[in-house]
Amino acid sequence: MLSRTAANLYWIGRYMERAEFTTRLIEATLRLSSLSYGADAASATWESALAVVGRGPAPGETASPGATTFNVCRTLALDLDNPNSIRACLSRARDNARSARNALSSEVWQAINRAWLDVGDRTSPGGIQNTLALVDTLKANSRGFEGALARMLRHEGFWFMRLGSAVERGDNSARLLDVKYYLLLPKGQKVGGVLDHDQWTAILQTVSARNAYRLFYHDTPKPWLVADLLLFRSELPRSIVGSSAEVVDLLAEIGGRTGRQGEADRLARLRHSRLAETNIDEVFRSGLHEFLKDSIAENAQIDTAISHQFRFP
Amino acid sequence: MAARKAFDELWGQGSGETARPGFEQLGDWLQNTPVAELARRQATAEAAFRSLGITFSVYGDEQAGERIIPFDIIPRLFTAAEWDKLSLGLEQRVRALNAFVADVYGPRHILKDKVVPEDVILGNPQFCIPANGAVPPHGIYTHICGIDIVRTGADDFFVLEDNARTPSGVSYMLENREAMLRLCPELFAQLAVKPIDTYPDLLRDMLYSVAPRGSQEPVCVLLTPGHYNSAFYEHSFLADSMGIELVEGRDLEVADDMVYMRTIEGPVRVDVIYRRIDDAFLDPLVFNPNSGLGVPGLMAAYRAGNVTIVNAPGTGIADDKAVYSFMPEIVRYYMGEEARLPNVETFRCRDPEALRYTLDHLEQLVVKLVDGSGGYGMLVGPTASKQEIADFRAALIAEPQRYIAQPTLALSTVPTLTDAGVAPRHVDFRPFILSGAERVTIVPGGLTRVALEKGSLVVNSSQGGGTKDSLIIAAPDKADKEEQHALPYSR
Repeated sequence: MLSRTAANLYWIGRYMERAEFTTRLIEATLRLSSLSYGADAASATWESALAVVGRGPAPGETASPGATTFNVCRTLALDLDNPNSIRACLSRARDNARSARNALSSEVWQAINRAWLDVGDRTSPGGIQNTLALVDTLKANSRGFEGALARMLRHEGFWFMRLGSAVERGDNSARLLDVKYYLLLPKGQKVGGVLDHDQWTAILQTVSARNAYRLFYHDTPKPWLVADLLLFRSELPRSIVGSSAEVVDLLAEIGGRTGRQGEADRLARLRHSRLAETNIDEVFRSGLHEFLKDSIAENAQIDTAISHQFRFP
Repeated sequence: MAARKAFDELWGQGSGETARPGFEQLGDWLQNTPVAELARRQATAEAAFRSLGITFSVYGDEQAGERIIPFDIIPRLFTAAEWDKLSLGLEQRVRALNAFVADVYGPRHILKDKVVPEDVILGNPQFCIPANGAVPPHGIYTHICGIDIVRTGADDFFVLEDNARTPSGVSYMLENREAMLRLCPELFAQLAVKPIDTYPDLLRDMLYSVAPRGSQEPVCVLLTPGHYNSAFYEHSFLADSMGIELVEGRDLEVADDMVYMRTIEGPVRVDVIYRRIDDAFLDPLVFNPNSGLGVPGLMAAYRAGNVTIVNAPGTGIADDKAVYSFMPEIVRYYMGEEARLPNVETFRCRDPEALRYTLDHLEQLVVKLVDGSGGYGMLVGPTASKQEIADFRAALIAEPQRYIAQPTLALSTVPTLTDAGVAPRHVDFRPFILSGAERVTIVPGGLTRVALEKGSLVVNSSQGGGTKDSLIIAAPDKADKEEQHALPYSR
């Protein structure tokens, strides 16, 4: 496979995953903001959603008054000035897919093209009902993409797209947890204190893990248990350990086919074995924020190593 | 000139009630299918094209972005006899074109014998000096030719243009057929239509056949300028249906006069490049140094005989419009017989008498730039404004050698679905001819382009033309439909 094609496919995986994550973030935040009492609380909720995707105020900065449901939904979903908006991600995914089209099944191509067409040149999310309808469409399109992907030939193209998704997922979950934890932590309170039940439910919802949480912990959402789920439960595909295991496996799969293993494999295995030796208590002792920050950096290192290993242009 | 009613492919010169012999079934189908039903099916097809991303980009119109080429649901038919006649003419013409290009970049007999004036070739911008003296593997130059044919009467076919560089449109031929099979199955049940879906296989076989000698399992790639190119859809479609890599210039590198592609497993040697970029962008070391589309060193690899370039560099000389006017002489010279498919009468404005005639009859002529394409830089006299005619007159006087003129032909029409119901619209036809090491093959079909505006003669997709499926009907006794084997289900 051409190196350029592999890079295109890997980034399709990342962009499609990022689009889906942002969709879920909007959905969960909509729910949270409609539950929160008063305009300030709602605005803070939306600020935190912006912070997750790296567009919130810097720590210590006061929330801007513009963080309304409408504005944030527009920024997250449709604004092309935000390079990570859903529309921007879908547009880049589609550009990559057009360029690597002969490495895709026609179903995968159509799923991506459909997702892109459905957002189209839309610039306004509309009211809450319309935004929810948009969210439903976007989610259905993500399912369509994943369904088409699942039926693809198991060759390098398939593994590279999955690899992109897995790398992106590790990044997204770490960000989500870090920002929410930081923003939701009441002043002067120790990590692990009592936090709002709805906030944690919203986090679980963003990673589609509400029921998973109940299944594992038989408890109302507790911060350290939510963190445990998102970090260490390999059964949850969006957990850090889950996606890190997937990266190891996918790299091995590609290596087995191409006879090419290297730095990316080594880093991915190292991260995975370190995660396996850590638990949530240790993380809280050494600091959750530091742990997540390192995790995001490590993920970025693996991303760079993948680019070098397969000579992405 | 416009007084005579154009020949209609379905109804002939008749009233629109009796189809030409051999076309009765299509006539019945058209009369029995309500316009609303045709429109519904056509809308379905266009929605499918949009969803599949079967699009092209329009140059100079950035607002437009990607468009689908309008698709017309009413097909155009050829009888077996018409097709056989056409194929013989096409094969003859392509063999002559190949012999001509080989001669021009080789011994130049045709120039020495003064059949074609030397300056028409050697002073031509399409004459590719770096290709001079290079003999491509197996001696084939125009591997893929798209020859534009127009028709003015039952037996009157003319060649309008030879596209011998990087002809496009074959993907629309194939996709139009797919759409028709799905939307009008009843029509195919009645007609013994010759299949065209073997085209990608024939194309791949051709590419393999022209690999440099010594390539055991030749590696073929399709070289595209990238996904912003107007024909990118076609590039990816063809690479995909042949199962070969679609590469851009930056995916290739040359070392020791051999071409390699950059893959995740390391460099892989490339034997055959089906290029869809023009000569001028092939190799920045030889041609345009500012272009990043090509591959540095590619021409050296080509000249060393280590890679086949399809079509070979320099074949543009064969589709230059000034050279076109000499095609009857060229066919006679190399084939020893008259051209089976005549040219449209052409005035070479370089020649003072032809220039004078052209200037005197601008309102009746079509004037074209010899190196123009896609309907750009042409004057259609009968529909042009006074200003346009005056502009062309000045341009002609200033640089007559850049122009040819042709009479406006009464192009044949085909019934077409329009806003006002089914109405005749002018068409042309582009079949695709493949020349491999062993044989010339022509898939029974081609791209019919249709001018959607009433009375318009401009069929180019870049000028708003549409396309139709083109059905070649097998002779009745030769209609060999696949034998059906019914296998019982086990319980």
